[in-house]
Amino acid sequence: MIQLNVNGKLQKLDVAPDTPLLWALRDTLQLTGTKYGCGQALCGACTVHVDGTAMRSCALPVSAVVGKKITTIETVDAGRVGKAVQAAWQKLDVVQCGYCQSGQVMSAVALLTQNRKPTDADIDNAMSGNLCRCATYVRIRAAIHEAAKSLA
Amino acid sequence: MNEIAIENLSRRRFLQGGAGLTLGFCLPGIAAAAAAAGPGKAGEGLAAPVSFEPNAFLRIGADNSVTVISKHLEMGQGTYTGLATILAEELDADWAQVRVEGAPADAKRYNNLFWGPAQGTGGSTAMANSWEQMRKAGAAGRAMLVAAAAKRWQVPVSEIEVNQGVVRHAASKRSANFGALAEAAAQEAVPTEVVLKKPENFRLIGKQARRKDTLEKTNGKAIFTQDVRLPGMLVAVVAHPPLFGAKVASFDATRAKTVKGVVDVVQIPQGVAVLATDTWSAKKGRDALQVSWDESAAFKLGSDEILARYKEMAKKPGLTARKDGDAVAALGKAATVVKASYDFPFLAHAAMEPMNCVIRLSSDGCEVWNGEQLHTGDQYALANLFGLKPEQVNIHMLYAGGSFGRRACKDSDYVLEAAQIVKAIGGKAPVKLVWLREDDMRAGYYRPLYHHALEAGLDEAGNIIGWQHRLVGQSIITGSPFEKMMVKDGVDATSVEGASNLPYAIPNLTVDLHTLTDIGVPVLWWRSVGSSHTAFSTEAFLDEVAAAAGKDPYELRMSLLKAHPRHAGVLKLAAEKAGWGSPLKAGKAGERRGRGIAVHESFRSVVAQVAEVTVGRDGSLKVDRVICAVDCGTAINPDNIRSQVEGGIGFALSAVLHGEITLKDGKVEQGNFDGYAPLRINEMPAVEVHIVPSAEAPTGIGEPGVPPLAPAVANAIAAATGKYLHRLPLRSTDLVA
Repeated sequence: MIQLNVNGKLQKLDVAPDTPLLWALRDTLQLTGTKYGCGQALCGACTVHVDGTAMRSCALPVSAVVGKKITTIETVDAGRVGKAVQAAWQKLDVVQCGYCQSGQVMSAVALLTQNRKPTDADIDNAMSGNLCRCATYVRIRAAIHEAAKSLA
Repeated sequence: MNEIAIENLSRRRFLQGGAGLTLGFCLPGIAAAAAAAGPGKAGEGLAAPVSFEPNAFLRIGADNSVTVISKHLEMGQGTYTGLATILAEELDADWAQVRVEGAPADAKRYNNLFWGPAQGTGGSTAMANSWEQMRKAGAAGRAMLVAAAAKRWQVPVSEIEVNQGVVRHAASKRSANFGALAEAAAQEAVPTEVVLKKPENFRLIGKQARRKDTLEKTNGKAIFTQDVRLPGMLVAVVAHPPLFGAKVASFDATRAKTVKGVVDVVQIPQGVAVLATDTWSAKKGRDALQVSWDESAAFKLGSDEILARYKEMAKKPGLTARKDGDAVAALGKAATVVKASYDFPFLAHAAMEPMNCVIRLSSDGCEVWNGEQLHTGDQYALANLFGLKPEQVNIHMLYAGGSFGRRACKDSDYVLEAAQIVKAIGGKAPVKLVWLREDDMRAGYYRPLYHHALEAGLDEAGNIIGWQHRLVGQSIITGSPFEKMMVKDGVDATSVEGASNLPYAIPNLTVDLHTLTDIGVPVLWWRSVGSSHTAFSTEAFLDEVAAAAGKDPYELRMSLLKAHPRHAGVLKLAAEKAGWGSPLKAGKAGERRGRGIAVHESFRSVVAQVAEVTVGRDGSLKVDRVICAVDCGTAINPDNIRSQVEGGIGFALSAVLHGEITLKDGKVEQGNFDGYAPLRINEMPAVEVHIVPSAEAPTGIGEPGVPPLAPAVANAIAAATGKYLHRLPLRSTDLVA
């Protein structure tokens, strides 16, 4: 048994210690908002917050996050930044297929938590680990600026 | 699908029912069940399946909800929102009360009107084929609500108005919402004729209706196939052969079966499937599997060898796809002949959600959860495999996490793979087939590798008097159910589209095609299909011809497009907005900048793009800005048109900068996003989209933004450096100063 702190709740999981956090979230805890895209930390669809830092859960064994605070897309709107990012995403109709967007939102929230007024270059730098095959990038940039404005 | 006899619902007849009641007004008891299913949420009612079967396109609940039934897949292109916009416009619904639900697989009611008797989504046809159908469905609903209100209030129908979901009789100051009238409206006869709105009275069409799927795609609640979990379901990960055409010789599952969570290991025609209680255990089980492969019948050529063969074939004429005048004679007497050839690699779709499918067998049929794009084809393929009738195959169409053509597999490849696993375990458990990224990338069904050879002849004055375009590659359609419809005299229309309908006024023009049938790499339509390569070869070559003729690329195009006002219209608009002819702002020291233009028609829409690029001293390329003009007929949702074009530009730029699947001795060399790299945000240009006002019926928008980008960029590179690109993707050494 491994005990994890997910979205503010302590959860006991019967999974092997090498199980990536992604699959523990999705298959064991049924938190399916976090997506599988590559399994090698190349696409960012699986991005969650570990102690507030954006991390790729597909390449993070559960044994490495014991005792840390894990936040997923399901509860990111509990914070002011999370709410602002989701509202901006909706205002600008950022999404297309939507599969990568949980990860995009999580990375954007992490960025805006640390940097309330990111430039285009800051955004490109923070978001370049998150692939969007629909290429909604123009709107992701705009929505991050929009969220920054609403948080100011 | 040619052999399948399905009653087609003609546009004229559909309002009269016939094949089923078109409009369903939902009575109170049913409304609750209907409310449980939302857009793409068919997977959510798993514990207690929703028993309600929606009828055709519209359902109005006593709770005042307006549910639009989408016969088309939502894979990002905005179909759910677009179809709902059309119907809600004629219904005069309030946009806030409208929700969308995916239709079941039922080609009698939900066939694609451009595809005869088949249901499916593709070829950028969703809006175009549904335009009249959805308008009439909405207008009929409105007429029934009005008739019910007139009866209840004892007033003439002509005195009743409907506005944003409220039915009103002004003189008597009475009003009711749709929900209050739903039960009474259901008693009214479905009208046989309806009056449609005049475009000047549109309140939703042409405005900005917000996407219906944004909220749940922003908070993680949207359900994709990957998210489906059924009671007792097993997850299957499959060991696939390393080469196309290889088969399992033998396997040893001893170690795999010791992995905790692994339940079963079965051989299927596609390989060896490891079934487990969860995805990670299935993956670990597959890693522990020992399989030896029989490669005796496998395809073993590399990309270089395939291309060498294509180049050899290009020396001789192929089958004629178009012949105007005598191009050979014209080239023979030309003052100047320009020649160029172009190479295009295999491309993977690489949707963010790798292919997957959930199937459950029951005593009376099978249920499927899938980002379903070819309902009828998959339904028949599964019926055939399981020995069922097609109507016993019940498909839940979920959101697809991208597709770009991949989920419309003409051979139902991944759907049949899931079915074979279910069959191999005797249907004892529902199965979710999960392809890991490497499975998805190496499974084939690529955009085919192509080689093009072009020649143009100029007279003394620099006029183009002859044009010869030869294409060599694989056919997507041959051998598929679409063959009879789309392959004529050996020429697959999708191989030459964009080349054989070249719009330019050139008196002597030949397009011919060599189709290879012994290349064992499965190929498929990839967003914009033939135009994904023909737009590049035609439009990049035209710039080389313009240079040889000493003409401005924009002016030359305009002079050749007098008979094509839509092409000329978008070209002019894009050029104006981009400031064509004005100098570009200089780059930093050592940087070279350039502007390029291209125009292309696909899926009956015409798009022109101007790209502005900066080439670094080290040969690095930055696409700074793309200015785009679009003519797609009536703009149903202008914001979605902009969104699709922005995305199309990014998708196309991936293929310019990085996209390439290569084979070595038959083996695919790429497996994940390190080897096959889609565009990232730091590479995305600024995009400006301008829409040509039009009152014509809507045409495609999911794909037409893709084709002009690559040639516009190539032409901009040529303007900056004098170097013409003759192959994609761009190599880092191509542009070194």
